[in-house]
Amino acid sequence: MKRIKLLAFQVAVAIAFLLLWHVLTTYPILAPVKQSQFFFSNPIDVFVRVGREFASGEIWRHLGITLLETILAFAFGAAGGILFGFLFARRELLAAVFDPYIKAANALPRVVLAPIFALWFGLGIWSKVALGFTLVFFIVFFNVYQGVREVSPVVLANARMLGMNERQLLRHVYWPAALTWMFSSLHTSVGFALVGAVVGEYLGSSAGLGYKIHEAESVFDVTGVFAGMLILSIFVILIDMMVTAIERRLLVWRPGSPTSGQG
Amino acid sequence: MPLTDSAAAVSLRNIAITFGVKETGYRAVAAIDLAVRPGEFIAIVGPTGCGKSTLLNASAGLLKPSEGEVAIFGAPLTGLNRRAGYLFQQDALMPWKTALQNVAVALEPKGVPAIEAREKARDWLRRVGLSAFVDRYPHMLSGGQRKRVALAQMLIRDPEILLMDEPFGPLDAQTRQIMGNLLLDLWAADRKAVLFVTHDLEEAIALADRVVVMSAGPAARIIGEFPISLPRPRDIAEVRLEPAFHHIHKEIWARLRTEVQKAYAQGEEAML
Repeated sequence: MKRIKLLAFQVAVAIAFLLLWHVLTTYPILAPVKQSQFFFSNPIDVFVRVGREFASGEIWRHLGITLLETILAFAFGAAGGILFGFLFARRELLAAVFDPYIKAANALPRVVLAPIFALWFGLGIWSKVALGFTLVFFIVFFNVYQGVREVSPVVLANARMLGMNERQLLRHVYWPAALTWMFSSLHTSVGFALVGAVVGEYLGSSAGLGYKIHEAESVFDVTGVFAGMLILSIFVILIDMMVTAIERRLLVWRPGSPTSGQG
Repeated sequence: MPLTDSAAAVSLRNIAITFGVKETGYRAVAAIDLAVRPGEFIAIVGPTGCGKSTLLNASAGLLKPSEGEVAIFGAPLTGLNRRAGYLFQQDALMPWKTALQNVAVALEPKGVPAIEAREKARDWLRRVGLSAFVDRYPHMLSGGQRKRVALAQMLIRDPEILLMDEPFGPLDAQTRQIMGNLLLDLWAADRKAVLFVTHDLEEAIALADRVVVMSAGPAARIIGEFPISLPRPRDIAEVRLEPAFHHIHKEIWARLRTEVQKAYAQGEEAML
């Protein structure tokens, strides 16, 4: 009952927003219709455009490329982040020496790297993968680093008293602890992989959702921009749902997970 | 008293443990001599903060004593004590493993094949009464059930020495009794040497062959040893009702009370 009520309110917000948008861009209330449609388009036009994009099949190629870039950026970023997170957490000296450089690199706004990556890796998918990588890497790196360092000392002492050697500790204690932290940042890191891909495409490419939006913008096609944004939003929600499903599957052991039976 | 004994399972010889710098640091325990014979169940009681757990950690090799020597079956202890199992006060199970995986993994360092380890783990979980819970993760188990898993995890390795640090401390009174009886049952099967730390004198008397009383810290010492001649097998709940139990309790408490009051007074002083 409560869920239905909540859903009803959520739908009501969407309807109210669309209605307001539609009314303001169809009737001359705040500005002449032509002018407001130029700046804000119209919800019906946007939906029609989205429908046409899917009907023509043109959008699938762009979606596919953005998805591929996102997956590659996430895979490489997560692998690098796990590797270095582990290494730095287990080697104090290494962490201490590189600490200022890692902080400096992470503080850098990644957008400024996009032209450099375009120069190094060309205008194809790899410059976007590289941009996504720099975003994902640091999120996963910091989480894994934290995860390995904050392993419960009691669990660790117990595992050692059970006779585990370094390799077994790594496999049964450090690795699962690090993965937990990585999964807890999964939504953020997948999101950032997508941001890297789209921003990269936006700044220079010939395919992908970011390219579509940029193309529409360059000819003041506001309807096209909004249609691209809508498709992007749906795409993000679908990916996020997938991540949630994966997370549920992998973190069953965690307190508060949906399948956890009793308290 | 001939306390140190080369045949002892665990022997602590003139142990002192100081935390921090030697001259200015906190001296937790001093001049400790204690020997646990094979098959003997020793309980250590003492006021809070007297360094009972510190002694246990020294016996486990988790902590190196500042002075003195720890010997395990006559051999000086270097590194971790490979012949001992340790039951912690806090939750020490791997939260990402099920009860079965937690118990089975304890055999991996011994090189037992995975399938055989799982079978043995299943059997141990049955012995601690958890057959129905093998696939539960620790957070789905109650505190008492988690302790049972930890007990199975420790015992499946068949260690020669059992070190227990207030293992039933966080449990409610009834669960403590049930766990105490379970421990005695399992221990009776092959009588390992046990060093059991507790602040609960009744629990100590009900379980042990010998109760060791420690003084209040800092520089806590052993101030009394009391053999418990209550017949075995014992039932934790029933043994408390026997006149012999009351007699020994009275005797040990007379010794312990001044130390508890001392520790309490120190606490008050520190507050002022």
